[in-house]
Amino acid sequence: MASITLSKVFKSYGSGKTANQVIHGVSAEIHDGEFVVVVGPSGCGKSTLLRMVAGLEEISGGEISIGSRVVNDLEPSERDIAMVFQNYALYPHMSVFDNMAYGLKIARVPKDEIKARVDKAAKILELGQYLNRKPRELSGGQRQRVAMGRAIVRQPQVFLFDEPLSNLDAKLRAHTRLEIQKLHRDLGITSLFVTHDQVEAMTLAQRMIVMNAGIMEQFGTPEEVYARPASTFVATFIGSPPMNLIKEAPGAKPGVTVGIRPEHLDITDSGWALTVDALETLGAERLVYGRWQHGEGYELVIIRCDEGRPVPQLGSTIHVTPRPDRLHYFDTTTGKRI
Amino acid sequence: MEKRVRFKSRWLPWVLVAPQLAITLIFFYWPAAQALLQSVMMDAPFGGSLEFVGLDNFRQLFNDPDYLASFRTTAIFSILVAVCGLSISLLLAVMANRVVRGERFYKTLLIWPYAVAPVVAGVLWVFMFASPMGVIAFWLQAVGINWNHLLNSNHAMTLIIIAAVWKQISYNFLFFLAGLQSIPKSLIEAAAIDGASPWRRFWTIVFPLLSPTTFFLLVINVVYSFFDTFGIIDATTKGGPGKDTSILVYKVYYDGFKAMDMGGSAAQSVILMAIVVTLTVIQFRFVEKKVQY
Ligand SMILES: Nc1ncnc2c1ncn2[C@@H]1O[C@H](COP(=O)(O)OP(=O)(O)O)[C@@H](O)[C@H]1O
Ligand SMILES: [Mg+2]
Repeated sequence: MASITLSKVFKSYGSGKTANQVIHGVSAEIHDGEFVVVVGPSGCGKSTLLRMVAGLEEISGGEISIGSRVVNDLEPSERDIAMVFQNYALYPHMSVFDNMAYGLKIARVPKDEIKARVDKAAKILELGQYLNRKPRELSGGQRQRVAMGRAIVRQPQVFLFDEPLSNLDAKLRAHTRLEIQKLHRDLGITSLFVTHDQVEAMTLAQRMIVMNAGIMEQFGTPEEVYARPASTFVATFIGSPPMNLIKEAPGAKPGVTVGIRPEHLDITDSGWALTVDALETLGAERLVYGRWQHGEGYELVIIRCDEGRPVPQLGSTIHVTPRPDRLHYFDTTTGKRI
Repeated sequence: MEKRVRFKSRWLPWVLVAPQLAITLIFFYWPAAQALLQSVMMDAPFGGSLEFVGLDNFRQLFNDPDYLASFRTTAIFSILVAVCGLSISLLLAVMANRVVRGERFYKTLLIWPYAVAPVVAGVLWVFMFASPMGVIAFWLQAVGINWNHLLNSNHAMTLIIIAAVWKQISYNFLFFLAGLQSIPKSLIEAAAIDGASPWRRFWTIVFPLLSPTTFFLLVINVVYSFFDTFGIIDATTKGGPGKDTSILVYKVYYDGFKAMDMGGSAAQSVILMAIVVTLTVIQFRFVEKKVQY
């Protein structure tokens, strides 16, 4: 088992004039045995970061260590890691057994131990009856588990996952999420998990790295990220529906953006006046879209109400009051939390 | 919605396929039928009439040591052409697959031999190997090899193999390159993480995944070496020295048009046809059975 340390990691594709920098100095310390999720919109550099840890992408600047070793110049095979790819990358011409045993055979693990390890992994992942099948004879979920099995049998220091659930349907994804959590509890192997799905990130992460355009916006527990977003980007990226950001809120200082989550706005008898623009019912809760007219334009403010509250009329005026301890303040120009 | 075009008239479809049918009939079925007919006939002594002789022509062929030797020559020639051709083009394709810059240039360079006619390819190589002024013959002389493909049958065989392989490399190369590019990069990366050396990755992942392409090319190359190399041989060795490079297709031509043994030549071409049909059937069977990964 091992920690992972990223210090001022940079990555550029290409060189000279056409160089395109996609990771702009990321530093983070991932503890031994921790499950860390890297989350961010598509194209922000999550995969690139993960692939640099894996050794599949050269590191343009900075240093990556696994355990006490700087791995910048080590081959992927020398880093003692295992990776689960988005498309699973199973060897199509090999059986499930051979897929899992491939790395062990190369490492010259004795035959009976290979068999023992593969059988054990197959048991954990409920793949026992499929060991002789080829990947193409398996369902998407089964293939995904084979990819996990291939990572497990190697007993590496670090697991790397690149959006391993994105090819599964919603129900299977939720189920697999739980399985991955359980697996991590049982094995305790340091894991770096990349996803663009904030729900996946919130549910899986012990700590999460929120990335935007090659920059690490925040690194913290899901609770911290939710309760104290470090920037307007994090505030709107995490949480659904996103946090309301109001630029010229009544009573706020100029140059300050005020943030308030939809669930922290209460409909009251008096207070901030909004016109009800739209209503959305999502089973147990209801979203009210209030229009706040100010100056020339207007802003939409989302309010989340529990079931059972009286339904406001479309077009009517309502009054809302934010919970004062739940207000967030950001610098309007830099977007950073104040 | 009906996607297929429906013809109102009954004869229009036939008119549309007629040119294709005519070409196939005139240039393939007719000569083939004639060869078949010819193969069971023999010219009467002193010319004149044709005589039905049944399988005599075939019987004679298989008792003819020259014919059996030609079989051996063909086997050696085509195995070497296929194996050398496939190995060299696979090597080139693997290298090209790694090239990031100048890929177009490299590809174009490799493709143009395919545009050269077999006879021209043959002549080209004869020039280079012609002793004593040919470039290659000159170099060989320098290292102490007295090249003479007109007298030395090993030299002659080497020459036609080189010319035949050279001409076919581009074709193989293109298929191998396409095959290599269709293998997902993540498979190679997964194998690298699993600790496989580049050599091992190639033999345990890339090569098995290329096997449908390789098999297809193997059949194509064997058929090529059986038939399309006629021009090369005619332009270089003319089947010599002696009959040491006289492969089956060259012997058909030689016996028919030089030795004027029409019956024997026809019987040989019937056998050749049988071989190519067999190869094609094997090919289709295999392609059908081979499941796509
Ligand atoms: N091999 C590459 N060559 C050039 N640019 C690349 C390459 N791989 C990724 N990029 C660029 O790097 C950026 C980050 O990509 P990636 O790490 O795949 O994003 P993510 O995984 O977060 O969706 C993107 O703008 C992408 O276009
Ligand atoms: Mg990605």
